Amino acid sequence: MSQEKISRIKKIQSTGHLRKIMADYFYELDRAAKEGSPKVAWCSSVGPAELLLSLGFVVHYPENHGAVLGSSRKANDYIPVANAIGYSPDICSYLTSDVGSFIKKETPLSRAYEGIEGVPRPDVLIYNTNQCRDVQDWFRWYSRELDVPAIGIHTYRNIGEIKDEYLQSIVKQTENLIPTLEKISGNKFDIDKFREALSLSRECTLMWKKVLEANAAIPAPMSFFDATIHMGPAVVLRGSPKAVEYYKVLLDELNEKIKNKDGAVENEKFRLYWEGMPIWGKLRDLAEFFIDLRTAVVASTYCNSWIFDSFDPKDPFLSMARAYTEIFIVRDENFKENYIENMVNKYKLDGILFHDAKTCPNNSNNRYGMPERLQKKLKIPSITINGDLNDLRCYSEEQAKTNIEAFIEQLESR
Amino acid sequence: MSHFAGIDVGASTTKAVVIDKDREILGHSVKDSGADFKVAAERTFEEAKKQAKRKAKDEYFIISTGYGRRNVTFADETKTEISCHARGSFYYFPESHTLIDIGGQDSKIIKVNASGNRTGFKMNRKCAAGTGAFLEEMANRLKIKLEKLNDLAEKSEKDVQIGSYCTVFSATEILTKIREGVEVKDLVKGIFHSIIKRALEMDPLEGNIVMSGGVVAHNPFLVSMFEEKLEKKIFVPPLPQLTGAFGAALFALEEKGG
Repeated sequence: MSQEKISRIKKIQSTGHLRKIMADYFYELDRAAKEGSPKVAWCSSVGPAELLLSLGFVVHYPENHGAVLGSSRKANDYIPVANAIGYSPDICSYLTSDVGSFIKKETPLSRAYEGIEGVPRPDVLIYNTNQCRDVQDWFRWYSRELDVPAIGIHTYRNIGEIKDEYLQSIVKQTENLIPTLEKISGNKFDIDKFREALSLSRECTLMWKKVLEANAAIPAPMSFFDATIHMGPAVVLRGSPKAVEYYKVLLDELNEKIKNKDGAVENEKFRLYWEGMPIWGKLRDLAEFFIDLRTAVVASTYCNSWIFDSFDPKDPFLSMARAYTEIFIVRDENFKENYIENMVNKYKLDGILFHDAKTCPNNSNNRYGMPERLQKKLKIPSITINGDLNDLRCYSEEQAKTNIEAFIEQLESR
Repeated sequence: MSHFAGIDVGASTTKAVVIDKDREILGHSVKDSGADFKVAAERTFEEAKKQAKRKAKDEYFIISTGYGRRNVTFADETKTEISCHARGSFYYFPESHTLIDIGGQDSKIIKVNASGNRTGFKMNRKCAAGTGAFLEEMANRLKIKLEKLNDLAEKSEKDVQIGSYCTVFSATEILTKIREGVEVKDLVKGIFHSIIKRALEMDPLEGNIVMSGGVVAHNPFLVSMFEEKLEKKIFVPPLPQLTGAFGAALFALEEKGG
C-alpha cells in the first residue's frame, strides 16, 4: 500500500481565507462574462487596473491565468498548441500557454471552480508594456481572434532617473484610453471613483509590503514560494477592500509566527534572495528542497514588484504613472543593483539566486553581468539556475538542484 | 574507522576511490554507469575494495557524489560533485586556482581560493555542448572509436572551425565538411577546439588552471591545445577522471577519520 507523502511545508492558516476570496473573484468574473454586465476588461498585470475598476469593469489578468496554468502544470499541454500556430517556443511562455489553452478551450479554472467553463470573454484588452512587449502581442492575438479592441500604454524602458517627460507621456496615454473605455463600459469617467480605487490599491500595496517585510525576521515566517501564492490578491484584487482585509489577516498570522520563532524553514541556516520569475510548476518541489537544505528563500524581486508606494489619490493620473513606471522591471542596471543591495542588507541575506527564465528576458537579470558585479560589490555569492516560468521543457531539474545544493555547500564551507 | 571511500556516479561512468588515513589511494576503479546507478556503484566499489585488499563494508566511511549520488544506498553521506572536485583538485594543487572539469554530461568551472574553499562555480547550460556527450556524438557520426580521437587530433596540422553551439548543428557542420573533403583528423581537432571554446565562453579563466574529468583523462592532447590557447601551463591531477571520487574520499576521511 502506498504511503501518502507528508509535506514538510508548514501550513499558513490564512490560505483558507485566500482561497475563498480568489474563488469569489473568479466567480464574479465568470458571472459578468455570462450575463454581459458588468463589462469585462483584460489587463496586463501592472496595467491601469484602477482606471478600469473606476469605470465599472471587472478585471481579468491573463498573466495570473498564465501563473495558474504553470502552477497546475498544464502549461506544457498548451504551449505546443501556440507554437504550432507560429508563436515561438522562445517567447513568453505565459503567452504561449494562455493562447494554447484558449485554442483548446480548456482552463484549470474549470477544475478548481465548478461551473466555470472558460476564462471570461473580454470586452476590451488593456496593456501596459512596462512588463514586456509580449503583453501587447499577446493581447493583439485575442484582439484579432475575438474582434475586441486592444489598447494600451507604451512605457519607457531601461530608465534610471524618472523624468517628468516620461510621466507626462504616460499620463497622456492613460487619459487617451478613457473615451474608448467609457464607450465600452457605458459609464462616464468619474475622477472620485478613480481616486477611491487608487486609494484602496494603495492600502493593499502597503499591507502587502508589510507582509513581505515580515520576512526580515529571523527565522523568516514565510518562504518565497508561499509568497508567490499569497500575492494573488495584490495582483488581481488590488483596488478592492477584500485584498486589504486579507493582508491584515495574513500579517497577523505572520506576526504570531515571528513571536513564536516559527520559521517557514525548520532550523533556518541560510537566507537567500530569489531574483527572477518563479518556476510555477515546481513551487512545492523547490519549497521542500530548500527546507531540506535548511535554507530560507526570504525575499524576491518578483513578489516586491506589486508594491506601488507612489499611488496618491490626490493626484491619481500622475501618481499612477509614477507608480507603474518606477517598478524594477523597467529600470536600468544601476537601479536594479542598488535595489538588490538594499534587499540583501534589509533581509540579512547570505546569497542571491538568479533564475534565468528562458522565455522571459525582462525578468532574467543575470544576462548582462549583474551576478558578477553584485558578487564583487556585496561580497556574497550568487548562483544562476536555468529554467522557465511555465515551460518545463527548459528546466533541467537535476542540474538545477545540483547547482543549488553545491551553492549551499559553498555557503557552509565559508 | 580506518578506510574511506568516495564514489562518483557520473552520467557516463562511475568512479570509486579508496584511501587510508594517510590519504594514500589503495584502490580505484572506473566503470560505465549504465542504466542502474546502484549496481554500477556497487561494482565499482567492489573493484576498488579488491585492489585495497579490504573487503568488509563496515571498514569504510563512504561519501557518494555525482548525478547518481542518491542511488548509492550504501553510502553514509552525499555531497555534490562540485564540492568533491574542488576538494580533490586542491589536494594536488594547494593554491588558488580555477578547475575546469569536463565530464560526460556537463562541464564545470570551479573557483578555489588559497585556503581550498570554493568561491564560485559555473556549470554549462542544459545542452551537451562542450561535454563528453558532445565528443561521443561526434565520434559516433564519424564512426570512430572514442579512444582514437586523441591520436587523430594530434596528427592534424590544420585548424578546422566548428562554429555551432548546438551538438546537432555541429553534427550537420561535420557532414558539410566531410562533403567538402576535410580529413577526419582535422575534423577531430576542430571538435576539440569546439570543446575549448565552450569552456572559454563560461569564464575568463584567469590565474592558475587545473583540468580534470574523463574527457581530459582520455584526451591529453586537448589539454595541450588548451595550454596553447591560454598560453600557460595547465595542471592535471594524476588520476584526472577520479578527481571527484578522490575528493569525496577526502571529505569522508576529514569527517570520520580526524
